[in-house]
Amino acid sequence: MTEANTLPSGRTRIDRLEMRGITKRFPGVLASDHVDFDVQAGEVHALLGENGAGKSTLMKILYGLYHPDEGQILLNGQPVTIASPTDSIRLGIGMIHQHFMLVPTLTVAENVALGLPSSRGALTDLDRVSKRILELAEIYSLKIDPSAYVWQLSVGQQQRVEIIKALYRGAALLILDEPTAVLTPQEVDELFVIMRQMTRDGHGLVFISHKLHEVVEISNRITVLRDGRKIGTRPTSEITKQDLANWMVGREVTFAPDRGEVQCAEARLQLENVACGSDRGTPGLRGVSLEVCSGEILGIAGVSGNGQRELAETVTGLRKVTGGKILLEGRDITGLTPAEVTDRMLSYIPEERMRDGVIKDFSVAENMILREHTKMPYSRSGLLNLREISRHADELITQFHVKTPSRDTLAKNLSGGNIQKVVLAREIFRTPRVIIAAQPTRGLDIGATEYVREQLLEQRRKGVAVMLISEDLDEILALSDRIAVLYEGQVMDIVPREDATPERLGLLMAGVHPEESAPVVK
Amino acid sequence: MISDLLSVTVLIGILASGIRLATPYLYAAIGETFGQKSGVLNLGVEGQMLLGSFAAFYVTFKTGNLWLGLLTAMLVGALMGLAMAYVTVNLHAQQGISGIGFYLFGLGMSELLFQSLMGSVETIQGFPKVHIPVLSDIPGIGEIFFSQNVLVYGAYLLVPLAWFVLNKTTLGLKIRAVGENPDAADSLGVSVARVRYFTIILGGTLSGIAGASLSIALLNVFQQGMTSGQGFIAVALVYFGAWRPVGVLGGALLFSLVNSLQLWIQVLGIPIPSDIAVMMPYVLTILVLVATVSRVRAPSALSKPFERED
Repeated sequence: MTEANTLPSGRTRIDRLEMRGITKRFPGVLASDHVDFDVQAGEVHALLGENGAGKSTLMKILYGLYHPDEGQILLNGQPVTIASPTDSIRLGIGMIHQHFMLVPTLTVAENVALGLPSSRGALTDLDRVSKRILELAEIYSLKIDPSAYVWQLSVGQQQRVEIIKALYRGAALLILDEPTAVLTPQEVDELFVIMRQMTRDGHGLVFISHKLHEVVEISNRITVLRDGRKIGTRPTSEITKQDLANWMVGREVTFAPDRGEVQCAEARLQLENVACGSDRGTPGLRGVSLEVCSGEILGIAGVSGNGQRELAETVTGLRKVTGGKILLEGRDITGLTPAEVTDRMLSYIPEERMRDGVIKDFSVAENMILREHTKMPYSRSGLLNLREISRHADELITQFHVKTPSRDTLAKNLSGGNIQKVVLAREIFRTPRVIIAAQPTRGLDIGATEYVREQLLEQRRKGVAVMLISEDLDEILALSDRIAVLYEGQVMDIVPREDATPERLGLLMAGVHPEESAPVVK
Repeated sequence: MISDLLSVTVLIGILASGIRLATPYLYAAIGETFGQKSGVLNLGVEGQMLLGSFAAFYVTFKTGNLWLGLLTAMLVGALMGLAMAYVTVNLHAQQGISGIGFYLFGLGMSELLFQSLMGSVETIQGFPKVHIPVLSDIPGIGEIFFSQNVLVYGAYLLVPLAWFVLNKTTLGLKIRAVGENPDAADSLGVSVARVRYFTIILGGTLSGIAGASLSIALLNVFQQGMTSGQGFIAVALVYFGAWRPVGVLGGALLFSLVNSLQLWIQVLGIPIPSDIAVMMPYVLTILVLVATVSRVRAPSALSKPFERED
């Protein structure tokens, strides 16, 4: 049973999988340019690169979704042809897609059984499938209930179903496409435990990510891709985060941008004991008081769901305030509509950029005037001035380095980073007095993240008051002048940057005052 | 007058014809359930029923063979299903609009064929009643449930059969997966196109039987536009039944019983204007749909064409 070349699932292991000189051309783009890549049993090989660097293309070729124009794939030294996912599954290659390929209305067992021949012919054999799932779950320490409906599961559990699905189909080598993008820090830890066990058992794993600290933590080797070309492969132990970042972007990356001196001249935005409800009907904010000065970035830290969304929405007029007052440059804006708040020159970079930031099916140019479309020069007495809108769009595209085929391209066809640049351009160009930025770099690659942060700092230098809501503690620490920690709809404390350490903020985020080391809020 | 409705004979009559009248609803709505479960909204059911209805009647009228008539209706329905599948699966047509197109085609075509092939309304001898031994002798119950024709029995057998196929077979699993998340099904090697072709053609075939049940089993006559919106009600019943065969059965019975009631109201000469009486099932359709709309969730991929992302 425990032969050297057999996995715990009973499947023969893949000692070495090698991709040689893989080239893939798309019209006008060389997506993969003679790339070599290999994975061995028992290792995590991380594939790093900016969006569009060719990571997905390479892995889609390995999984049989794309066909390479040149190059070959060798499995344990033997050349193989992978024409479709059916082939790759047969060879023992599994893929965990970034967007889960699960049917929420079906049970775990049904999702696993889908598409497989049944031992009972035309009838499903879910009992047998469930038994095998439990076996695999036991072997790989993946807690899962085969009879649970997928919609009832948390994101982390759904990911486990995906892993089980691949193992059930006999995967010896697993490609994990940005598996941590949707997970909470705790779920990431759990995933890493599972990944470590799988490599100990002889599986080979490909881990795609652009979160450097995760790559450094989990991988044995790292390959960096840029613009479709392989930059290099190194053992993880021989490389630093800084080197990796520079490699990926192709130039020096600054993790801690220069913030310059603080100059709090006036309180631009003041919240006095603000309260509001949440979508679940429970209190969202419970008496929040804070102020954001001109020329400062106030970071709002906290574990997801402690009132961050509600805070952004009350200030921008999107959510009804049930108590307290909000002042913008000394004038009461409590209860004003979003349009009225906009007129007072407050800009908003929303958390869900695809849902709230842009209209997906509108062009770049149209998205760029969403906030000001009723105003001169973009329109006059209800008629749009198309020439001015186009000129405006071209100007912003150049100024904010938006990578788009044209101003008429639909927003949904841009990459995440470029969509965020469209939002940034629209919100910043109007020279706002206050900017509310909610999770502004979530899901962006290093280059785009750096750009967004630079822009926020630039606004701060210009004297704009910036409220930065982020669940990324590194980001909060890198950009903020002061940091307010939200916990259950209240401000636990406001800490100057100089006094803020991750440990201190972590305790506050958990609802504990460091001085007292005891929970303050029930 | 109202008290006439309460006599035992009349009640048995209302129930018996209610059971009978549910037949076309059941065939059509179960067929539509399969389609919608796989993510295809077929609004052409009415057209498929009309053509099936004519085909069954004409072939039976000419050959005297009821089974041949039924088979022709199934074939006509299946062919219309095939066309619908090609348009929606391969050409990614907007399903609601193409369905209306197929309805209008069936409506016009059945009229044209009727005019050119027959010209006048004829009657035939439809499927005879089949009395189930012993059971049909039970007073009341026997007449209501066990003295019906073969297509009526078939309709009720279809309900558990459909449930079984949808929930207990690998085919059913594929159908449900394709209707909820075709990308997931595709990634596991399930052919979304093949599954949808199957369900749409099955739906068409069953709509053909639904039409035939009117012309050669229940009314034994063909008239222009004789389905009078039953195909559309069948679509509504799928929503009412929350995409479950048993739910569809409940809905079909509710409507056919109300229909039966209004027929008896007219027969007995109860002084309710007949136009109002005829409206009853339709008004009920709207009321029930309004009442149930928030309760149930349609298959996520319903009426969305599937295209693999590259």
